[in-house]
Amino acid sequence: MTPPAAPGSPSRTPDPQGGASSAALVGVVLVSHSASVARSVAELAAGLTGGAAEVPVAPAGGGPDGGLGTSSDLIASAARSVDRGAGVAVIADLGSAVLTVKALLADDELPSGSRLVDAPFLEGAVAAVVSASAGADIDAVAAAAGEAYDYRKT
Amino acid sequence: MNALPQGGSPIDAAFVRRWLDAATTAVDREAAALTQLDSPIGDADHGTNMRRGFVAARTAVEQEPPDTPGGVLVAVGRQLISTVGGASGPLYGTLLRRAGKALGDEPTVTAAQLADALRAGVEGVGQLGGAAAGDKTMLDALLPAVDALARALDAGSDTADALAAAAAAADEGAKATTPMRARKGRASYLGERSIGHQDPGATSSALLMTAFADTAREVGA
Repeated sequence: MTPPAAPGSPSRTPDPQGGASSAALVGVVLVSHSASVARSVAELAAGLTGGAAEVPVAPAGGGPDGGLGTSSDLIASAARSVDRGAGVAVIADLGSAVLTVKALLADDELPSGSRLVDAPFLEGAVAAVVSASAGADIDAVAAAAGEAYDYRKT
Repeated sequence: MNALPQGGSPIDAAFVRRWLDAATTAVDREAAALTQLDSPIGDADHGTNMRRGFVAARTAVEQEPPDTPGGVLVAVGRQLISTVGGASGPLYGTLLRRAGKALGDEPTVTAAQLADALRAGVEGVGQLGGAAAGDKTMLDALLPAVDALARALDAGSDTADALAAAAAAADEGAKATTPMRARKGRASYLGERSIGHQDPGATSSALLMTAFADTAREVGA
């Protein structure tokens, strides 16, 4: 859409710092006990954006030994990898995944602007990634993910 | 606050490192039993997870030994969060980090300060997990333990006796989880079927408190 920036046309040049709130996308981290669940849900959610934008979404699944569980190191590196300065929405599945994210947030071990989003894992991930791809800010992404709880199936 | 030692040696970094050794040995010895307890109502990994976490914590502390009791507790908590892999990681990690931070940078602390710090840590566990007494969790061992510790110190017990009272209360609390119905974690999905099994987290909490009592007795605190 945007033509190559012509030198000497500063009015068209986005400000990479000051314009970050409107330009940068919210990152999404998916924390599951299972590495393959986290990866697959990330793929599904990204696929459902219809290629609207490159949403920064990263899976953080499995435990420190690679089996079922939760790895704080994987969560922290995933959050850093999707942090574009607009905040990082972290969605977790159960138990230790939720508690580990909370413990990391309590000790400021995730990028600033990271938050645990209260949402169902799969539906929340899709809502978060689709809304983030449309340029929603972190509050709107969190709200969209949380609203997935209200989606009844019968 | 009490400038007079309550008997025996003060609680310093070496004391907490001895506790870490004792706790790691106990967790290693009981790993199979903890996993066994975790089989009917959990995902059969508590012993394995705790052993991995405590061995990693002991290694980390040996490599870079902090020089305050608070520093050792914070280091152990950090390692548990990053290596355990189950809910006990962030829960015990929060307990020990919160307790360590409460002790601050002091090179030695009194038993009363340790008691207050452990209470702060246990409160942190309650906030993180959202559990209360009677939910069949580690709090059912930890809450009676910190209560017993404070009560014994108030009554004039020395450090070793007070920690022994805390360990006994934790053990009793862990055993009392057997008839409880789980309200938190994977076991809560089992409803009535969680009744009749001792909670693995309460059991490991009792091991950690017993390690404090054993440490104090060995060093004559």
